[in-house]
Amino acid sequence: MSLLEFARGPALTVSLLVFFIGTAWRLWAVLRRPRKTDHSAPRRSDTVTGGLRAIWQRMLPRSAYERIGMTGTINAYAYHIGIAVIVFAFAPHIGFIERLTGLSWAALPDGVTYVATAFAIVGLVFALATRLTDDVQRLLSNFDDYFTWLVTMLPIVTGMALIEQSYVPATPMVAPATPNPTLLAVHLLSLELMLIWFPFGKLAHAALVFVSRYRTGVEFTRKGAAL
Amino acid sequence: MSELDTKHPLDFDAPRFSIKQPAVRSDEQGHLSDTERVERAMKAFARDMNSTVAAYLESCVHCGQCAQACHFYVTSQDPRHTPIWKIEPFKQAWKREAGPFAWLTRTFNLKPAVTADQLREWQELLYDSCTMCGRCSMVCPMGIDIAALVGLARHAMFEAGLIPHELWAVAERAEREGSPLGATPAVLKERVEWLEDEHEVEIPLDKPTAEVMVTLSSIEIMKYPVSIVALARVMKHAGYDWTLRSDGYEATNFGLLSGNLEWQKDLSLRLIRAAVACQAKLLVLPECGHAYGALRWQGANMYGQPLPFEVLHITEFLARAMREGKLQTQGMKGSVTYHDPCQVSRRGGATQAAREVLAGLRADLREMPQAGDANWCCGGGGGVVTLHRADEHRRRAFSIKVKQVEQTGADQLVTSCSNCRLSFDDGQAHYHWDRKMGSLLETVAEHLQDASAARG
Ligand code: SF4
Ligand code: SF4
Repeated sequence: MSLLEFARGPALTVSLLVFFIGTAWRLWAVLRRPRKTDHSAPRRSDTVTGGLRAIWQRMLPRSAYERIGMTGTINAYAYHIGIAVIVFAFAPHIGFIERLTGLSWAALPDGVTYVATAFAIVGLVFALATRLTDDVQRLLSNFDDYFTWLVTMLPIVTGMALIEQSYVPATPMVAPATPNPTLLAVHLLSLELMLIWFPFGKLAHAALVFVSRYRTGVEFTRKGAAL
Repeated sequence: MSELDTKHPLDFDAPRFSIKQPAVRSDEQGHLSDTERVERAMKAFARDMNSTVAAYLESCVHCGQCAQACHFYVTSQDPRHTPIWKIEPFKQAWKREAGPFAWLTRTFNLKPAVTADQLREWQELLYDSCTMCGRCSMVCPMGIDIAALVGLARHAMFEAGLIPHELWAVAERAEREGSPLGATPAVLKERVEWLEDEHEVEIPLDKPTAEVMVTLSSIEIMKYPVSIVALARVMKHAGYDWTLRSDGYEATNFGLLSGNLEWQKDLSLRLIRAAVACQAKLLVLPECGHAYGALRWQGANMYGQPLPFEVLHITEFLARAMREGKLQTQGMKGSVTYHDPCQVSRRGGATQAAREVLAGLRADLREMPQAGDANWCCGGGGGVVTLHRADEHRRRAFSIKVKQVEQTGADQLVTSCSNCRLSFDDGQAHYHWDRKMGSLLETVAEHLQDASAARG
């Protein structure tokens, strides 16, 4: 079995299994716990809307709190959007998802993905630099933070190597039709590493964020408090 | 004029009215081994562990944004004062003992077990360095209610016998005597008689039935008794059938602040039973922030069922009375700024009530740069003002408040929390600041249309 066959076959299957089962288990560990009953007289009853509003609002910068660093917020936008574009709007990736699920959609022009990649890389590098230099973030950080950074960065870097290797000046910025099998295998394996790590580390915030924001939104709305 | 009880003299002049500084500190309670302390702490934390708390403990992305929202971090720049770091031992315990991958964490020892020394170290972070003001909870991009987690961590610390000396002493006194500051029923009775005499007002005490039962903060009873007079004037003006009850008058809840759920429940049940006994339809809470959180939002849960009466903070009560046309007031002269007590506004959802009252007084309200839900805490809530060793730290945090108030250029300051007033009095004396914090209730009473007649 070649490296590529391994990456496309058993490695992919195992990583997807770990990703789905692990994430479901992590969410279940939270959701299976008892919910507290609240006997206090609610000020407002539109708590479900409040929960959904909190999910949306906490995505926006909090202008009433002037000290909250805008740099960090803007940077977070940069790499979150950058990564989302790479994963969901780049033609080869949509092809990959289609082969797995049968679902597909229109891709953005490759040029857009390259710009998004630049944002993601610069954003992630800046985030790491902040984590290493800011006293607060340094204190809070542990293995998870640094390893998560690494497994997020690796697929981007290996993906770039894959494109770079087939770069043809006459037709700039074209995704390789026949990518180098070793590089493609390494790229796939790096993605699989990220999928395997996802449930265990902080990447799972992509799922947990909906739970914690929603719950806070519900509780605060019940009290009639601002979100 | 009746005599004042010399054992419990009024304390008008002390910049901070509180617990005496202990000669020898004793910040640990009970004779427990370290292992027992940790076990008790973890058991208490596990008891509180519901689905929402679990989601919070799982979600933090270590972005550090909460630090900039906290007055203690902002003024100390000590990273240990980062809000979520105050929960660290409990996050650690969750991951190791109960989280989704606890078995992995333990097998590979990815997180060490929490030790008693670690909890001792965290006492200063959970008590001296947190007012549970909830400002951090507002900025967390993951929506984690960090202030609520601090409250739960305090339960664990109390069970472990690891709470600061003064807070334990006041909480224990509140449980034993019914008031944290010695405002026993006998003191209340004597104070009420004296105030009735001195100010020529009627303050009904222990009426067998009344529509409205009003409660007090012992800080008002002992340091700001004019508030009680103001209350009586407002009630008379609006024509309410009301009473104070000597079996349930103390609305502060040091059980909640110290982290003792049993005491919190006892203290809340006293108020609830008194209101039930006099068949009150409405219980009014005094100018106190945490009293509102304790009874309005947690009282029914202590009672185990919905309360058979409505609960309002005094600002909500005043706003309603104005809305119903029961209070005729004169316009307020000069400009004013309002300090939001965190537990009433941000944490309590009653942010607009005070503004409605000030609008009713036709006040020239000059809001602070970050007012209302985003307001900076005075630094003294959550029991912090009782802790002598936190003085320096608390006063440093208060400097934000000084700046905020000065930026408004307002002539007067008012708030609706006597604990905030205490912090302001202390900060004012410390910084030789030429400002005095007033009470919204007293301001309303002073502007009642018949107030001058009543005073005369
Ligand atoms: S609740 Fe207030 S005092 Fe406590 S950590 Fe949060 S911002 Fe700081
Ligand atoms: S702001 Fe929220 S997610 Fe960020 S470090 Fe603080 S608690 Fe964690």
